Amino acid sequence: MSKPLVRPKRKNPLQRTRLPLLPHGQRSRTAHGLTLAAAQGRFALQVCDDCSKTIYPPRDACPYCLGAHLPFKDVVPDGRLIAETTVRISTDPYFRERTPWRVGTVQLDAGPLVIAHLHGDTVEGERVRLSLKIDKSGAAVMVALPAVETADMQADPILREMTCDPQFRRVLITDGRTAVGQAMAKAFCEAGASIVFVGIANAWKPYPGMQTLAGLDQVEIVPLDLTDSQSVTDLAGQNGGRIDIIVNTAEHVRAGGIIGRDGISEARDAMDMRYFGLMRLAQAFGPALRFRGADGQSSATAFVNLLSVHALMNWPAFGAHCAAEAACLSAAQCLRAELRPGGVKVLNAFFGPLETEWFQTVPPPKLAPSALAKAVVNALKQGLEDVFVGDIAQDIRERLAANPKALERELGEG
Amino acid sequence: MALPARTARTSYDTVVACAPVTVPYTRFSPESAAWWIGRALHGLLAQSGLQIKDLDGFALSSFTAGPDTAIGLTQHLGLTPRWLDHIPLGGASAVVALRRAARAVQAGDADIVACVAADTNHVDSFRKTLSTFSRFAQDAVYPYGSGGPNASFALITKNYMNMFGATREDFGKICVAQRDNALAHPLALMKQKLTLEAYLAARPIADPIHLFDCVMPCAGAEAFLVCREETARSLGLKTVRILSTIERHNAFPEDPVQIRGGWAMDVDDLWGMAGVTPDSIDFVETYDDYPVISMMQFEDLGFCKKGEGPDFVRSHSLTNDGSFPHNTSGGQLSVGQAGAAGGFLGLVEAIRQLTDSALGTPVPQARLGLVSGFGMINYDRGLSSCAAILARSA
Repeated sequence: MSKPLVRPKRKNPLQRTRLPLLPHGQRSRTAHGLTLAAAQGRFALQVCDDCSKTIYPPRDACPYCLGAHLPFKDVVPDGRLIAETTVRISTDPYFRERTPWRVGTVQLDAGPLVIAHLHGDTVEGERVRLSLKIDKSGAAVMVALPAVETADMQADPILREMTCDPQFRRVLITDGRTAVGQAMAKAFCEAGASIVFVGIANAWKPYPGMQTLAGLDQVEIVPLDLTDSQSVTDLAGQNGGRIDIIVNTAEHVRAGGIIGRDGISEARDAMDMRYFGLMRLAQAFGPALRFRGADGQSSATAFVNLLSVHALMNWPAFGAHCAAEAACLSAAQCLRAELRPGGVKVLNAFFGPLETEWFQTVPPPKLAPSALAKAVVNALKQGLEDVFVGDIAQDIRERLAANPKALERELGEG
Repeated sequence: MALPARTARTSYDTVVACAPVTVPYTRFSPESAAWWIGRALHGLLAQSGLQIKDLDGFALSSFTAGPDTAIGLTQHLGLTPRWLDHIPLGGASAVVALRRAARAVQAGDADIVACVAADTNHVDSFRKTLSTFSRFAQDAVYPYGSGGPNASFALITKNYMNMFGATREDFGKICVAQRDNALAHPLALMKQKLTLEAYLAARPIADPIHLFDCVMPCAGAEAFLVCREETARSLGLKTVRILSTIERHNAFPEDPVQIRGGWAMDVDDLWGMAGVTPDSIDFVETYDDYPVISMMQFEDLGFCKKGEGPDFVRSHSLTNDGSFPHNTSGGQLSVGQAGAAGGFLGLVEAIRQLTDSALGTPVPQARLGLVSGFGMINYDRGLSSCAAILARSA
């Protein structure tokens, strides 16, 4: 049985910080089909279009019929652990400092044999459930989990390594004035974060929910204004080395498109808060985050972006807002590559209109901030890179995959 | 559609193997693979009295010659062959080189083929070879603990133990006997006697693989010549005849974990073509990158049935003076694994045993030897298997 996590002792400031190393992350292009599935928390393998056989490792021709169409499809992840070993000597520097490390051979009910990392509660000869996870290198790996959930299974060191569980981690929520910011603070407190720093700009200005927010046990209000470089740098100077997860809750939602508006001041505000705000945040906190990617059980682990799903396809009713969101999505992709050497993940949470004042005129379904917060915490626990929260986000994602041109036209029709 | 029946295989007639060469191994080497290949060819010429222009065939196996292959090395080394082969089959390289070269000589495409396997071992080359060994290794094995072949064979060994009741003592007996053989072999890197107690007490590497189950990566080269018997005789070289050979790749893909190699598909062919039976064999050189694989070879090559490997080992003594002389030079487990040259070790040793030129303890009255090869853990199992039965020339 997994042992529950223990709250880490305060770190000795004289102790050297262990620098991040990464496992071997190079993959064939085809194998990144697994990365796609892992990023979204799905379990997918190649299934031959011609003979319907399930195939692994990823191939470019079917070994049963030489069929060439081998799309990744969701597959039942159940199987049996038929042989295991504990690697004690590794040639790779990353594993050298993490041995002993269990791996095993899993025979999937779907057919293929899979070499997988083994969760501590798996037993040779017994049933297991495979999960695709993104490892520290950013590539997908197979992790065998016990077939039935076990107590404290999330505390397993292998899962801790592959996921971004907030428990006993220190979190920064950048804007606590918003409903989403407050919901996040609550959700991270409930998830066992040790400290939840919540940024508030212009603290002298009261805001709804202030009392409740300040009343949360782990919450510590900090001055932070993402539109002010000095404010961001100041906070990073003070707390940057103590933060393990950053959740950027800054928002700037205004209705309206491009030519229906006079001038660019609104768009500039949106870009300042969202795109430049993200840049300020990443520049100030990113280096420390990346440096601390292997800093023990509660290492720095994730940077979370909350993005309108319309970053992926513009919704002209909120056209200028969507453009700023698209800029943030592009920046997030850059950030992902820049944080990867530290083994720090970038989670993009996509969502549709929220149940907040700025979407007052938009008909339902709308997403409750608490649902978004829960989904983000859950995605971090699973170690995802992309999560689509709520019905609208799911709908847009499916329509985008099916026919982006149809989606563009339909969103333009109001 | 019914395919016509397979035709009977042609014998190798008077084609022979000769001139066994070993370039003494070193744990690490600052030299390049080309240097080791060059020393091996130099050894062939020194032993045979041939000149470099006389080598009209060249078969090369090497993991560390990159970016070069056999063709680039012809220019590097001054060869002008009319028959050329690069055999990237690791532990299966020697028998495959032998059988290809033999057919080329038999058909007159070449007269004298130099078969060479050589690898260097720089301080970091083993790790680099592992991480880029194959696409499946890169995508689906190396990221899982990066235990290399130790971890892959640990899973194969564990499964074999689970299925057939082999114990660490059984594997230990194989390793200890090979060390005994190696102690008389001047080129073996392992110079200390190994006891079963020391074997059992060794540190774990990847359970159930412990230290003395593993080969030591090193630098080295092995080589031999393939030519017609009369050519060898004119050079004053002692020869061995090739009674039969087999080769198979990616056999039994349906087995969940490897419990047998391709030998099991072709074993009847091996004995049938040679016209001899397992009990007439005087010594066996298996590919021993881990003892479980040697045990599988005892089974798959027909010395006992599947699953009887442990009992077979228990009922025999495996030293050169024993009832079943096995890996008579000490094998890779005690001599060292010089990359692809590890695949040549058994064949070169067999030529020596059958030409009264053993460097270590000779097997008394050895007339027939079996050499087996195994190689290329591409994903979860070794893909290539091969074997040859060799006989002392009349």
